[in-house]
Amino acid sequence: MAGCRMKLELSQVVQGRGRLGLLQEIGRMGQHSLDIPGCLLYTHLGSVPHLTQDALHTLLSLPAVTQVTLSNMAEHQEVLEEFKGGFKKFAGLHDTVLYCSLHDPAAPCPTGHTTNKTVSVWGSGGRIELKVDKFMALQKTVQPDWYQSMADGETWQTSTTRKRVRKSVDRTLAHLDECLMVHQKSQELDGVGVFGVVEGGDILEERVRSARETAKRPVAGFCLDGFQTGAMDQALRSQLITAVTKELPEDKPRLLQGVGRPDEVLACVEAGVDLFEGFLPFQTTERGCALCFSFDVTLDPESAGTATLTVPDEEQHTPRETQPNRDLNWDNQTHTTRFEMNLKHKRFQDDFRPLVEGCGCYCCRNHQRAYVHHLLVTNELLAGVLLMIHNTSHYHSFFRAIREALANNKMDLLRRRVLENGKE
Amino acid sequence: MSFKKTLNAVPPLCLRIVADCPVTKARACDLTLPHCTVSTPVFMPVGTQGTLKGITVDQLEGLGCQICLGNTYHLGMRPGPELIEKAKGLHGFMNWKRNLLTDSGGFQMVSLVELSEVTEEGVKFKSPYDGKEILLSPEKSISIQNSLGSDIMMQLDDVVSSTVRGPRVEEAMHRSIRWLDRCIAANKHPEKQNLFAIIQGGLDAELRKACLDEMTKRDVPGFAIGGLSGGEEKDDFWRMVTLSTDHLPREKPRYLMGVGYAVDLVVCVALGCDMFDCVFPTRTARFGSALVPWGSLQVKQKQYAKDFRPIDPDCHCPTCKRHSRAYLHALFKSDTAAMHHVTIHNIAYQLTLMRSVRQSIVEGRFPEFIRTFMKRMFSSRDQYPSWAVEALASVNVTFE
Repeated sequence: MAGCRMKLELSQVVQGRGRLGLLQEIGRMGQHSLDIPGCLLYTHLGSVPHLTQDALHTLLSLPAVTQVTLSNMAEHQEVLEEFKGGFKKFAGLHDTVLYCSLHDPAAPCPTGHTTNKTVSVWGSGGRIELKVDKFMALQKTVQPDWYQSMADGETWQTSTTRKRVRKSVDRTLAHLDECLMVHQKSQELDGVGVFGVVEGGDILEERVRSARETAKRPVAGFCLDGFQTGAMDQALRSQLITAVTKELPEDKPRLLQGVGRPDEVLACVEAGVDLFEGFLPFQTTERGCALCFSFDVTLDPESAGTATLTVPDEEQHTPRETQPNRDLNWDNQTHTTRFEMNLKHKRFQDDFRPLVEGCGCYCCRNHQRAYVHHLLVTNELLAGVLLMIHNTSHYHSFFRAIREALANNKMDLLRRRVLENGKE
Repeated sequence: MSFKKTLNAVPPLCLRIVADCPVTKARACDLTLPHCTVSTPVFMPVGTQGTLKGITVDQLEGLGCQICLGNTYHLGMRPGPELIEKAKGLHGFMNWKRNLLTDSGGFQMVSLVELSEVTEEGVKFKSPYDGKEILLSPEKSISIQNSLGSDIMMQLDDVVSSTVRGPRVEEAMHRSIRWLDRCIAANKHPEKQNLFAIIQGGLDAELRKACLDEMTKRDVPGFAIGGLSGGEEKDDFWRMVTLSTDHLPREKPRYLMGVGYAVDLVVCVALGCDMFDCVFPTRTARFGSALVPWGSLQVKQKQYAKDFRPIDPDCHCPTCKRHSRAYLHALFKSDTAAMHHVTIHNIAYQLTLMRSVRQSIVEGRFPEFIRTFMKRMFSSRDQYPSWAVEALASVNVTFE
């Protein structure tokens, strides 16, 4: 089992699939735990985009696992080798579990560069091709707690042929075997968990084959690749993921790559996914937007007392058009999703409310929409800082709400609440 | 009438001289302003558009900053004085709990905007946003600054490049005096907003002296030394500074505008200045230039790729406590947070430098501090800039 002693304790499985639980004794020293369903902390080279550690730590509960990507890491191999202490120490990350993925989920990479023997990653200096020896040498210098095995995930384009999909499954299994062979012989990687990658594009049999074969290997967990937003619709994604997770052992985590939209996250949780990559707050921030979708199931009329909505109150005081995400046409115009509001919009110019009423993040406790709007129109760096703080906080709170909904059997209500966002 | 009213009002400023250097003209003061007491000598970081480049107000406060700047020109354009007033002033808008100083807007008009025309009425310019012609008069500048609600406002002055000579300089000096009176009369909040005069007169000692004589007759809460730090010879610069402090009243704060290089700060404190501002430390940070006691360190240079020491091993800022030169070097290729790390370090450097200066004045060892500082900053005695050596000699600090 590649020396990784992580334990997954499931406290509840909803409808045979949606899993609530706790990943225990994670990290090489086994001192961390992570609630599932959960989300990893998205970073650029170990740094949450825009945020210094002080700004990041204004967030009260941070996920225990930080994601870095080999695409960021590969160009610094020589430096890390000389440093010797591993990436966590290099980046000043003292108390986190480090997960190293192959690619950056927020920066899709060009296809056509994977071969039987290599994968390619794109850093600031261009493409870096990795054979298994170089890939494993990198892992040894990075010293993550978990890492994603080499994989051929180039199946997400709709024109991908069955033959190409089959090849990607075969290649990915071959990559995994090669990685595991080196891994098991490497003392430096003792206690480190390998995540095997499930491929198979949109072909059910290939998905099942990939899952079954990967599950036979001594992996610590599974990456579900090729499901990213844009690759397929949610109905097909749910169907395939359900089939895949049925093949996977119960006691190992399943990490879904490239899916971040709240409605898709919910559907994927219900299909048996445990972990997500937390890149959505970053993408939202780069658009100048603030996540504002509601996930508060206590707003349910059944739970009286807490049902004093802020919405009618807002409507009393402000004209309707200043309401975020109420107007689908407007959303279409500005390419924002219905889960966020675009603070560059002029209507926020003199809006002195926090980004989200009742939000406890540093930005909402201290600043107003009008100020963030001003920072955005004047291109000030603080805009990214404040939005990233809020978006990270909002998104991670959403995952807390998912866990609570699973625990209290309120997933239907949560799904309705999330889908209501942006609708009249 | 309103001039008289200003005279009678108790200004919202109190300067207590804590220590005078027995050798130089330096002094350490407690400058009490509406939002908190400022320990001088002080460096004031510049938050041009209501934000200090990428740094949260909590981080700035955490670094010990007691006063920072906002720019009237920028804020008057965007988001505009009406909006800021609605947001309870610039303090409320940016949620900064400590003091703010705003400039008059005149300097930006001359430096940033083409087609500006200066008449007795004010400065005329074309809005870079909609092309409309706008007049910035002394009254307008004060009105905007009243809306911003800054603790210290600056008079509108007639800014002439410090390299210009001749009758234009004299005209600007006299006009600045007339504009000062109009600014004093226009201040709607003399009970909570201090208006500082700006000494002009270019590099001409006679003109400077005349301006000083005239402006010090006004009962303004503080004085700035303006029209310098614009590319003039350092020999001229320090002479104008020391001439100004010689004639400024002891009991009022002296603010030297646009000065922020470490050596300049130390020398000009010795010449008797209390307050300084400059965009340099924060601007240079974004290019990866970290300020250190031996000058600066270009984090993006290849030589730091494998340098695992902090920027300055003796620095206690959040950046130096956690990150190495090598990590910052790598992060500059990946994320803007790298800029914020260096910005924090540079502000910490400036503020720490000024705290050390103050401490040494209080403890009566400022001349010794200067010698140690110079020794660390320059690799050898012959590297010391001659203007600095001369300026320091003028206040009795010499080097072997």
